[in-house]
Amino acid sequence: MSDTTQTGPVLAADGTPLKRSLARALRMQKIRALMLIAPLLLFVLLTFILPIADMLFRSVENSIVPDNLPRTVVALQDWDANSGEIPDEAVFTALAADLKIAAEAKIHTRIGSRLNYEKPGISSLFRKAGRRVKKWDIEADGPFTEQFIKIGKGWGDPEVWRTIKTYSGTYTNGYFLNAADMQKGPDGAEWRPENEQIYFTLFKRTMFMSLVITVSCIVLAYPVAWILANLPARTANLLMILVLLPFWTSLLVRTSAWKVMLQQQGVINEVLVWLGLVADDSRLQLINNQTGTIIAMTHILLPFMILPMYSVMQTINPTYLRAAKSLGATNWTAFWWVYIPQSVPGIGAGSILVFILSIGYYITPELVGGTKGVFISNRIAFHISTSLNWGLAAALGTILLAVVLLLYWAYDKIVGIDNVKLG
Amino acid sequence: MKLKTLTALAATTALVAPMAMAADMADEMTIVSWGGAYSASQKNAYHDPYSANTGVKIINDESSAEAVAKLRAMNEAGNVTWDVVDVVAADAMRLCDEGLAMEIDPDTQLAAAPDGTSAADDFGDLLVSECFIPQIVYSTTFGYRTDMVGDTPPESVCAIFDLDAYPGKRSLQKRPIDNVEWALYCDGVAKEDIYDTLSTPEGVDQALAKLDTIKDNVVWWTAGAETPQLLADGEVVMGSTYNGRLFSAIAEQNQPIGMLWDMQSFDLDGWIIPAGLSEERKARALDYIMFATDTQRLADQAKYISYGPARKSSAPLVGKHAELGIDMAPHMPTDPANAGNVHIYDYEWWADNRDDLDAKFQAWLAK
Repeated sequence: MSDTTQTGPVLAADGTPLKRSLARALRMQKIRALMLIAPLLLFVLLTFILPIADMLFRSVENSIVPDNLPRTVVALQDWDANSGEIPDEAVFTALAADLKIAAEAKIHTRIGSRLNYEKPGISSLFRKAGRRVKKWDIEADGPFTEQFIKIGKGWGDPEVWRTIKTYSGTYTNGYFLNAADMQKGPDGAEWRPENEQIYFTLFKRTMFMSLVITVSCIVLAYPVAWILANLPARTANLLMILVLLPFWTSLLVRTSAWKVMLQQQGVINEVLVWLGLVADDSRLQLINNQTGTIIAMTHILLPFMILPMYSVMQTINPTYLRAAKSLGATNWTAFWWVYIPQSVPGIGAGSILVFILSIGYYITPELVGGTKGVFISNRIAFHISTSLNWGLAAALGTILLAVVLLLYWAYDKIVGIDNVKLG
Repeated sequence: MKLKTLTALAATTALVAPMAMAADMADEMTIVSWGGAYSASQKNAYHDPYSANTGVKIINDESSAEAVAKLRAMNEAGNVTWDVVDVVAADAMRLCDEGLAMEIDPDTQLAAAPDGTSAADDFGDLLVSECFIPQIVYSTTFGYRTDMVGDTPPESVCAIFDLDAYPGKRSLQKRPIDNVEWALYCDGVAKEDIYDTLSTPEGVDQALAKLDTIKDNVVWWTAGAETPQLLADGEVVMGSTYNGRLFSAIAEQNQPIGMLWDMQSFDLDGWIIPAGLSEERKARALDYIMFATDTQRLADQAKYISYGPARKSSAPLVGKHAELGIDMAPHMPTDPANAGNVHIYDYEWWADNRDDLDAKFQAWLAK
């Protein structure tokens, strides 16, 4: 560093400093490479990243209330939510004016649906009020307080007004609180009543069961991969088809097949009863619980574990084992100290694949999981397609994504992501 | 009265005539329904005759189960590809609330009955939402294995809670709707007080406590085909599902299953037209709806599936099953012999309380 050379910088043939010339050449190469992957990059960005970002953004978005009830939101600012009394006439007049416009645009029921997620009953208050308000003359027909309460008693409930005031911002953390089994109370965030807490349980269960599935996949896949890697190629290829065949079969077919196998009048129970191992009146409960989900998903995800393990094991040179043995190691020592460490990258790759796939699994738990074997993804699907509470679904999805990234980071710290090989 | 119906009829024909003649209607339409035997019955009763009359090409989409979510997504993307969608009444209300379905005026946009009764009177109370055109009345009710109940087949819905008399598993739908009502009814709450009771937190606890008594013996289903399968396999002794599914298991597949009609839960299924269609497609959709929901067409559908037509005027026209040749009337949920004690589902109440009750129900299930 302190070495100040007499000569100037090294020059390239055309007289520019070599460093700059090299940098330019590298930059050109990078741009060319970027151009090559640009179509894919754009495709992924447009069809994958942006839609996901847009969906996740809904977990905080709440503009429907302030956009459509602007006067009410302003008028409510002076009202003390903890006073235990309903707001004054000015707020009701503002609401009438807002609702009249909203009802003409047929949007009042959407505001109602949004607020109904937070307090049951608001949906029909808005639906009924919208029908009437359309006929009102805002200038002449006041005062409105009594008229609103006549339409729906709920308008006289301070709790309804507190809900509107609480959710009057353009952004809300309400969905995230809900996803964490919490809610906005009079004094900030508070736990939901115990009989409504569900998401924390589901997150825990999803993690636990994914872990169990991953471990059982490792246990089952390791010997299979080992046999495949050590057989002559002809036999190995034949056996490989047996691994791939279920992989090519439709997921739904395999799941339904497990139903036939596992149910109480199913194949496994019938055989056990026939053998006399299980009494006819105490058949095993193998489906519609966690056992069912774990069995079916382990089977379905097994190829994702076998394939990376197999391709890593194929690269392990058998002479290492022979060398260890010739130096006096027992079979077990040689296997444990020489073979296993070399196969870890395959285990790592398979585990990440299986774990991340199972965390987001949806259809198999739905079909064979009963009530105790369902995952968080089943709730997300429910909120997307049935309850239409997309904000909550987005919040749950965001949390799931964050948890997966966190686990990935932890994995990188502990095992090292460089230590993962797919082949 | 007579004059009123006459003018209504005149108004209808006056409005219909130019519409049916108009050339600017789309010549292709996408109709969304549930698939399976149900779509087949619609194809036979509605689509085929309509295509034969008009030459319109009808494309079937079997997405009704996710119709609400998909329509919302299509609407946000600004590209609604569906023309007519078959949904249950509760979903129609939600689509209407979300502004995703078009409002229908029964007097001008639906056909009057042959005797001149206006569509509004003919459908009566079944017009539960401004956007909804009812098509059938179906019910969620119970089937039981005739060979697993001994000499005392169940006669009351409360048999599902009676583990002593009917040991074994039962299948129930994995949602609070219907189940909490049956639970309260069997816990001694009078039928007319069910929704008042459910409106209190104690009432919800009471319903869940009643369900708790059989929780370990319940298989929860999400698809209507599951209960008939579970019954056929002998996995459950009794289970709830849609009455048409039970009919086909009993009459078409000869399974040893009996019907338990007590406290069957009436529900409606029908059409909506998505909001925001182009003028041509809207005109076509309305023209189709006018045809497909008239008295004769609704009665025709009952030849293929055991769901009751939604029009009063269609009931006398219900005939025999198209293939089996058996009388369909006794298999209708609306038949007087079956409809002695029914549970009427309160749409408005569920629209308000569904999310709240569902959270409690799911938390209870996960416990």
